[in-house]
Amino acid sequence: MSEHVNLTRTAAFEKRLKRRYAAERIFRRAGLAAILFSIAVLLFLLVTMTANGIGGFKRVTLSVPIDFTEVGLALPQGMEGQGMAIRSLESQGLEEVVSFYAGQAMGEDAAAQLSADAWRVAADHIVEDPSILRRRVELDLPASEDLSAAYAGDGQAALQPLARRLAEQGFLSDSFDPGFLSRSDATDSQAVGIWGALKGSILTMLVTLALAFPIGVLAALYLEEYAPRNRWTDLIEVSINNLAAVPSIIFGLLGLAVFLGAFPYLRSAPIIGGMTLALMTMPVIVISGRNAIKAVPPSIRDGALAIGASPVQVVFHHVLPLALPGILTGTIIGMARALGETAPLLMIGMRAFVATPPDGFTAPATVLPVQIFLWSDEIDRGFVERTSAAIIVLLLFLLVMNGLAIYLRNRFEKTW
Amino acid sequence: MSPAFLVLLALGLGLAAWVAARARAWSFRRSQPGVRLASLPSYHGWYVALWVVLPVLLFAATWSVIAPQLVAQSVLASPAAAELPAFGMQRQTMLAEARAVAIGAAPAVFNPDAQGLVQPYRDAIGRFTAIGIAATLIIAFAGGAWAFLHLRPDFRARNRVERIIMGVLLLASLVAILTTLGIFGSLVFETVRFFSMVNPADFLFGTRWGPDPMSPADSPDGSRYGALPLFWGTIYIGAIIAMLVAIPLGLMSAIYLTQYAGPRWRRWLKPALEILAGVPTVVYGYFAALTVAPAIRDIAVSIGIENASSESALAAGLVMGVMIIPFVSSMADDSIAAVPRAMRDGSLAIGATNNETIRKVLVPAALPGIVAGVMLAVSRAIGETMIVVMAAGAAANLSANPLEAMTTVTFQIVAMLTGEGSFDHPATLSAFALGFVLFMVTLALNFIALRVVKRFREAYE
Repeated sequence: MSEHVNLTRTAAFEKRLKRRYAAERIFRRAGLAAILFSIAVLLFLLVTMTANGIGGFKRVTLSVPIDFTEVGLALPQGMEGQGMAIRSLESQGLEEVVSFYAGQAMGEDAAAQLSADAWRVAADHIVEDPSILRRRVELDLPASEDLSAAYAGDGQAALQPLARRLAEQGFLSDSFDPGFLSRSDATDSQAVGIWGALKGSILTMLVTLALAFPIGVLAALYLEEYAPRNRWTDLIEVSINNLAAVPSIIFGLLGLAVFLGAFPYLRSAPIIGGMTLALMTMPVIVISGRNAIKAVPPSIRDGALAIGASPVQVVFHHVLPLALPGILTGTIIGMARALGETAPLLMIGMRAFVATPPDGFTAPATVLPVQIFLWSDEIDRGFVERTSAAIIVLLLFLLVMNGLAIYLRNRFEKTW
Repeated sequence: MSPAFLVLLALGLGLAAWVAARARAWSFRRSQPGVRLASLPSYHGWYVALWVVLPVLLFAATWSVIAPQLVAQSVLASPAAAELPAFGMQRQTMLAEARAVAIGAAPAVFNPDAQGLVQPYRDAIGRFTAIGIAATLIIAFAGGAWAFLHLRPDFRARNRVERIIMGVLLLASLVAILTTLGIFGSLVFETVRFFSMVNPADFLFGTRWGPDPMSPADSPDGSRYGALPLFWGTIYIGAIIAMLVAIPLGLMSAIYLTQYAGPRWRRWLKPALEILAGVPTVVYGYFAALTVAPAIRDIAVSIGIENASSESALAAGLVMGVMIIPFVSSMADDSIAAVPRAMRDGSLAIGATNNETIRKVLVPAALPGIVAGVMLAVSRAIGETMIVVMAAGAAANLSANPLEAMTTVTFQIVAMLTGEGSFDHPATLSAFALGFVLFMVTLALNFIALRVVKRFREAYE
């Protein structure tokens, strides 16, 4: 008997098989590498923003000892409003007082490096607690942009020794700056805050939600439940699908030509921004709403119809409440996209320099992403940190919204 | 008077009407105990309330558009307006200033000449506010009374209300068509105006882009409006560089997620990938400008390329590609998942490895869907604005060197419209022409892609 020979597993075959398995491993690793690369870029982006942004939440301050008993400043009695009190302190020479004491304690060169807004901060302290006018206090006043940069170790070389000296003497330090979350835009990176932009964003989002949500839900209900299959319905569906894919900047052109054409006085106003973004968000809500409505089983409708509900009652009493969690999830995702949107709002003038928070839907405003864009154009090192800090705030908002959407989906989604 | 006030007024009146009409329906039931109402009392309430609210809302919408114009007209008719400059910037500024003071938005006028206009403005606004409120009340009461007099025990209020609801639903879904028409109409209108000043051939085929917003508006230099470098920059950044990044990475990610990753990994990796899609574009733009572009310049300098600029097509394209990865990945994911399982199993059964099955069976079978996904991705990339605004530069270069600054259609739209240019200037109008081109191209890409996806789905169902 001859020995058993395996005719297929020849040496060439084994070699080929090895090569094929190797190719398989390489392919599999390439797939994993592709995903890991994307995630690594995401992490790198987040780490860069965080590393840059931490500094943006801080402010470099000079602690200036001021003996108000020697000065004789007085807060006007019975005057209403902070603005009046601050103006009165300004006319009494608070600015000179501050720079005099700063010069006395730290030297003239240091006094020159107080921020131009320093006396305003001092005035805020006085208005908050007038009793400090009768004693000696140490106030933490913001340093100038240049000195802040020198403190961080870059900027003008000439200022670095001064910064080092002041830091050693304990005058110069940086601390968490809660004002960053409560101030508005300014020209000095040490004096900026994001509250103005954040409030603009909130007002704009309210308008967007108030318009896009009802229109989107009603349109989804109509298309899914009542629309006859005809050419008009097809046209509506095609336009919704296309609108969902139209570049956002085109909506900005529409807002500029139509909305600002109709309301020229409302340039930069949250209501126009909200209307523009609502048109952009509406298709997203319609599409996700239709999917949610489609997921409600027909037996619910049949049951309701069988006990005598009218078609409108079937939808509004039974289908809509059951589909609502799904619709809300889609709405939140659409709103999150609108919150991060910049380009269309640039078109309708929401890039103006707005130094006070908007006090209504028709007041000039800017929004957080546009504020980020505006600050990113500034060259000053301080603005790099502030920009990254603003990005962190924006990303946190988006995280909360998306988290809410995921929670809603997991909590309320039913599989029938 | 703000439209918000009118809306609140309408809602308040509507509530009153609802309560009154519902009470009326109940009174039918009490006074004629034997008679059954054709509709529930609350439907009577809704019927009258809708007859109050809808006409008022309609009026408020119209009024908020025409009232400012009526105010402006009556101010211009006042004697103080006779001293205004006849036309131009100053006239507009003075009017705006006087208006701001009159409505309390500004403490005082900056230009003393505008002071005389404040009082006429105040009078006119007061007068038209009064007219508006009076008209609102009249309309509300007329509508309410008309509807209220219709209420009878056998009145089919529910059917009427439901008919109105159906009308509202239809209107809501027509908003999408109106928006599309609005986009199309406004773009076409401004584009036609632009082409009446600049020859379309110059625009589409010219190679020099450099509109000057300060030049006289009536005799534009057509040779400065050549948009070819912009089209090239857009395609180079959005459709070439970005896709070189996004297609391989997105496709491989989708393959790994659908074919290799276990359910547990998949549950973590997929959302992580989706976060990439949720990051706002302005953040990507800042990332590109702050981190990626300088890094690319440093690398270019270190390998001996002189004068590498800090704004480059490469930086914008790479970051845009990363942004698009999740989009390509999810489209590819869908189309691979749509391939029937039998095809995959058949291939594995005759001894092909996973990777051979994927490359020779699954991907070819899913190709139409993948191609459609890539088309959608391209349409998204070329419409992307913030990344190129922040990282690609403003110079219109017709070059294939990825290290050079390049500009795109979207960049120039932003640049042309964020200045102080007048709406009659071709430089401003050119933005609408660019927008029109962009709109038509993305529309075509989306349309074809959606058709392909539909056909492809049907083929396997």
